[in-house]
Parts: sequence; structure tokens; C-alpha cells
Amino acid sequence: MVFYDITASPDGRSVDRSWVSTVARILDIPFCVAGGIRSLADAEEVLNKGADKISVNTPALERPALIDELAGRFGTQCVVLGVDSRQEDDDYLVYQYTGDPDKTAPAKRGTLEWVREAQDRGAGEIVLNCMNQDGVRKGYDVAQLAAVRRVSTVPLVASGGAGAIGHFSAVFRQARVDAALAASVFHSGEIAIPALKEALLRDGIEMRPGGESA
Amino acid sequence: MSARIAIVDSGGANIASLEFALARLGVAAELTVDAETIRRAERVLLPGVGAARDSMARLREHGLVDVIRGLEQPVLGICLGMQLLAEASEEDDVDCLGVLPGLARRLEARNDLPVPNMGWCMTRHVSRDPLLDGIADESWYYYLHSYALPVGDYTLATATHGAEFSAIVRSGNFVAAQFHPERSSAAGATLLRNFAAPGV
Repeated sequence: MVFYDITASPDGRSVDRSWVSTVARILDIPFCVAGGIRSLADAEEVLNKGADKISVNTPALERPALIDELAGRFGTQCVVLGVDSRQEDDDYLVYQYTGDPDKTAPAKRGTLEWVREAQDRGAGEIVLNCMNQDGVRKGYDVAQLAAVRRVSTVPLVASGGAGAIGHFSAVFRQARVDAALAASVFHSGEIAIPALKEALLRDGIEMRPGGESA
Repeated sequence: MSARIAIVDSGGANIASLEFALARLGVAAELTVDAETIRRAERVLLPGVGAARDSMARLREHGLVDVIRGLEQPVLGICLGMQLLAEASEEDDVDCLGVLPGLARRLEARNDLPVPNMGWCMTRHVSRDPLLDGIADESWYYYLHSYALPVGDYTLATATHGAEFSAIVRSGNFVAAQFHPERSSAAGATLLRNFAAPGV
């Protein structure tokens, strides 16, 4: 479960803390929070409200040493790097301030180099949002995710493009990602999570079965 | 009146998750570094997220090393808390509390096997224990770790990330889980409820 306050960075603020606590109290699965976390103090506050991990994107591009500081203080397993990446010609390029279309701008970094650097600095997980595919529901960017998979030694989460159950299967098999993130297809109810898990298990993709009860 | 459960404030930042999980079970718990509160509690939880060296330094700073070693009530170490209960950790070669035999070793990273191990792992029971009552063998729990204790006589359950490691161990009144029961859905809640129950 990931909670993104995507306009926090473009709006120059940090994720709304009261939300974090409200969600964490009722949630019994891991909870990652993202949005304008710029300092150890911001991160500590969000973690103290009940988040298990924090995800940084634009603030890490503004000041990469933030990743070292967060990993040193909270451990690499607590620090997720979000990357918004777009294919341009034969290259994959990182974008920043992506929560607001008017402020979205190139970060002047190659995606593969940024992922390598962030890992060296202590990022414990990468969420790669492929902007070409995001919101169009035509499937994950398997080629880009596979390229990032080859350079990442930490868990990689696919994001952007999920529109059908087959898209999940494809990204697990072809890009060997550790997890696949989706939002709109779950929120709209178009794909039910228990049915998705059953289908993936039938496809031989190992995961915690759904529909578990105490 | 002492809290029924004392949570040792080992400096990990996401202790709120654990407090919320206990609250959902209706179990009273107090987050503390006070030696007397910890000694008098009916149960003691030692959570931990972060680095072994920092957490051991914090326990020493509050004079808790011998307090924890001397506890006779049930004690549950979680994640880094499990590694702190071991003899030592390969992470920064730090000496730990030594109430569990063995050394926390770094998981081996491969391209198809990232470290940290971050996610749900199927967990196999290898021994019966009241802590596992009502939990199906091969339940899935949520793990978030780079180090783990090897499998030994004290192992109650195992999981695998490349190699097999101890998922749950017991040595007398000390038990420990490598995963996060507070974030492991129904199976994790049952384990916490079992730990809080009398006679475990």
C-alpha cells in the first residue's frame, strides 16, 4: 500500500501528516508514504505517524545526499526511491515535479545512471514509473523495466500502464520485477485484487494468496 | 500499575505500526526506555528498524543491556530486535545481547535475488510452539531485512531468500520473529495475540 501526495513537491510542501496516522491505524499490511519528504525531520515525523517506509522522488533529485542521510538514519529497507522516467529516442530520462503537469521538467539525468547512483547511496527499493505508459492502461513498459532490472540489486516495483490482468503477468515474467503497482484499475474496481492474485498464481507467479482471513 | 506490555524504544522509527497493531488487538502497551517499567511488564517487545550498531548504542546508553538479558517474562524480538537478541551481527561487526545463540549474517544478493529482502515470504513451521497456535503452516508474512539468523535447534519456523534462514526462534522465554507481525495481516495479528495471551 503506497500513499502518494503527488502535488507536495510541485506545491513546495510536504505530505499531509494527519492522513498518515489515520491510514496506519487501520492498515495491517506495509505502508509506504511519499510526497515532499525533504529532510530527516520530515521523514521521522511521517515514520512516527505509522508509515513503514518513505519514498522520495523530486527531493532526492534536488539533493541526492538526502538518500544517504535517510538510509544512514533509518536503514536502507526504509528508503524507497521513486523515479519518473520517460523514453526519449534511445534513452531513458528522469523527470521531476511530475505531480503537476505545468511544473514537470527534465531532471537532466539518465534513468539507469540515477538508479545506480541512488542504490549506491542507500535506496532500498526502486519504484519506476514509466511516464510514456502512465494513465493509458496499455500495459507496463516492459522493455524499460527490464533495462532497469539489469542494473538494480534492490527490489524493483513496476508502475504505470496497468490496464488488464495480462499486463501484470507480462511484467512479472518479462521484466522480472518484484512487484507491480497500480492505482486507477483498482480504485475503479475494474480489476479486483483477489481475482488478479488468483490469475497470477495460476500463471505460476509466486505470491501471498488473496482472500486470507483470521 | 505497570503496562501489560512494554515496548522497548530501541530507536527504530516505525514503532507506531506496532503500537497500532496492538491497539487493534485491544492490548495495552507502553513505549519506554525505563528499566523498571521493562522489568515489571508482563511481556516485553523489542522491535527495531535501522542499524544494529545504533540500536545497541541506544540500549547501552539507557542501561538496558543487562536488564534485557535478565528478563524472565516472555520477550519477543521483531526484525532487527531479533538480531539484537543474537550474539552478534555481521552488520558493522557489532556485539549484541547474546540471549539467542548465533550470528546475524548478511543475506547474499544476486541479480535475481535483491537485498534487502522486502516482501511477503512463505514461512514453514519446523517445530510446535504456543506462539504458532491457530496459524497455518506455510503462512505468508511481511519481511524487510538484509541480515538473518541461521537455522538451528532454536528455530520454530523458516523462510527462504536464496538460502533458508530462521523466521521464528525460541530460546526459553525469548522468542523472536524476523518478519513484521504488525504488518503481516491475519497471520501476524494471530502471532501477536498469541504472544500477549497468558501462558506463552
